[in-house]
Amino acid sequence: MSVLKKDYIYNLMLKGKRVDDRSFDQIRDIALETNVIDKAEGSAWVKYGETEVLVGVKLQAGAPFPDSPDEGVIITSLELNPLASPEFEAGPPKEGAIEMARVTDRGIRESGAIDLNKLCITKGEEVWIVFIDIHVLNYAGNIQDASSLGAIAALMTTTIPAERDGKGEDMAMPMRDMPLAVTLVNIGGSLMVDPGLDEETVCDTRITIVSNQDGSISGMQKSGNGALTEEQAIKAVEMACEKAAELRKAHLSSI
Amino acid sequence: MSDKPEKFIDENGLRLDGRQINEIRQMKIKIGVLSRADGSCYLEWGNNKILVAVYGPRELHPRRLQKADSALIRYRYNMAAFSVEERIRPGPSRRSIEISKVSREAFEPVVMTHLYPGAVIDVFAEVLQADAGTRTAAINAASVALADAGIPMKGLVSACAVGKVDGQLVLDLNKAEDNYGQADLPVAMTQDGEITLLQMDGDMTQEEFRKALEMCKEGCRQILEMQKEALKAKFADDTALPVPDEAEETVDVATALEDVVEDSEEETGAVEPEAEETEEADESAEDIIEEDLEPVPEDTEAEDVEEEIAAEETDEEDADEEILDVEEEFIELIDEDTEDEEKVATEGSETREQ
Repeated sequence: MSVLKKDYIYNLMLKGKRVDDRSFDQIRDIALETNVIDKAEGSAWVKYGETEVLVGVKLQAGAPFPDSPDEGVIITSLELNPLASPEFEAGPPKEGAIEMARVTDRGIRESGAIDLNKLCITKGEEVWIVFIDIHVLNYAGNIQDASSLGAIAALMTTTIPAERDGKGEDMAMPMRDMPLAVTLVNIGGSLMVDPGLDEETVCDTRITIVSNQDGSISGMQKSGNGALTEEQAIKAVEMACEKAAELRKAHLSSI
Repeated sequence: MSDKPEKFIDENGLRLDGRQINEIRQMKIKIGVLSRADGSCYLEWGNNKILVAVYGPRELHPRRLQKADSALIRYRYNMAAFSVEERIRPGPSRRSIEISKVSREAFEPVVMTHLYPGAVIDVFAEVLQADAGTRTAAINAASVALADAGIPMKGLVSACAVGKVDGQLVLDLNKAEDNYGQADLPVAMTQDGEITLLQMDGDMTQEEFRKALEMCKEGCRQILEMQKEALKAKFADDTALPVPDEAEETVDVATALEDVVEDSEEETGAVEPEAEETEEADESAEDIIEEDLEPVPEDTEAEDVEEEIAAEETDEEDADEEILDVEEEFIELIDEDTEDEEKVATEGSETREQ
């Protein structure tokens, strides 16, 4: 079955086409809504084509790590909920879910998108712990980018509930940047941005690049059992930075 | 507790450990150090000490995990509890699960898995002592261990990282550069320059990325030479007596292990049991909180890579003679294995039908 699908997608690629008539550098239609969960301190619902992801941000005061006594803590988890696909099973996260959570986490952490020093309550004793929980509701390809967009949008709408916990005044999440992941797949030597379900299933290599407002890169991950050439890696980075800038303008600038 | 150095590169352009910016740390490779494994390698790189064993191709149980048209590769990256400053809790962490996944994917493009349907090739990489760059060190060792096991491959995989300190790109990060640097880009490549592992975190411009990739390529080329040398030393000389040779090497690893254990005992004495931190980990926070996840051996989404491999099978002119020799030797062995496997398979299915 997947061999047939692979042939089909490969042959379309040779004609410069994709299964859903997109161009190689075209991202699917995106819908984004923020503050969809009142109980969460920040939340976002994202739809990338048919892929749906819900991100909730919760905050808790807790102890900092000994090596960063004046910095808040970020914890990202991602669940491939069994309601999202016939292939997903309940249980502890598997390597695919762990990988995507960690790539999302690294993008946010390494870009310095959150000013962690501002999340310090009492140095060495108490800081805000930011829990970013990503729930995949419907899997139709490219959970990675949907999660990244959802996480950053949810963070941008997060209010730190200091009054509720008796820790001073409420404040907005101290955001400094808007890192966004863009994923490309390698199909027979051609790179396609934002893979749909079939493209992601048949491709042997996927590359995710997280880039920031100033065009710098804060995270990258090759995934899948194939290889990339050096030229492909460089081209992927260029395309991803360009696409991330478009996404930021279209979906995040209004938040 | 920050012991961050003020400057990573001195006025002469040398790094804290006296290296040039494009110089890799000293690497030592020993092959065939474990008598029970089909292939093994002990590698030291700077202060990293890595031991890798390869088992297989062997029959995969449970049978439902078997792939009808190719072998499954399993890669387990594991850090010894005493491998870092503060003891880490044994068992898989989210970090090690991710590293295992991407490392396996670094080998899937080169290992000719289509030759062994239904089989499994197990790679166990054990970090005995960690000192920045353990995933790349483990890949370098695993590559050699796979060759030692006679697993047919399109070529060797070599890996190294480029990072950024003081705004400058440096090859093969040491511990301080890894902890306090601005970026880290581990890359694994085949000898044809195909990238099979690529990760990055930190902050880099597109231009720096291009340059970093060039530096990685040069680093990988140097490592490839060392890997080849090590394989030659072991296999090129047919007159070498295997028995005393192996015995000697086993002793060496044992000694190395003792050293490591002693070190760790000294260190653990001063460690609070609660403070569990993967010193080497880039995201200590995550690792601590989410440490008690269970490893789930799983049949992963390995896709149809065989076609490409088959297509490139003929593309072997680069392969060194000694590797080919080893391969031939092992293909014979493997043929026997396969027969055995078939037998077992038939028997198995018969029992099942009854």
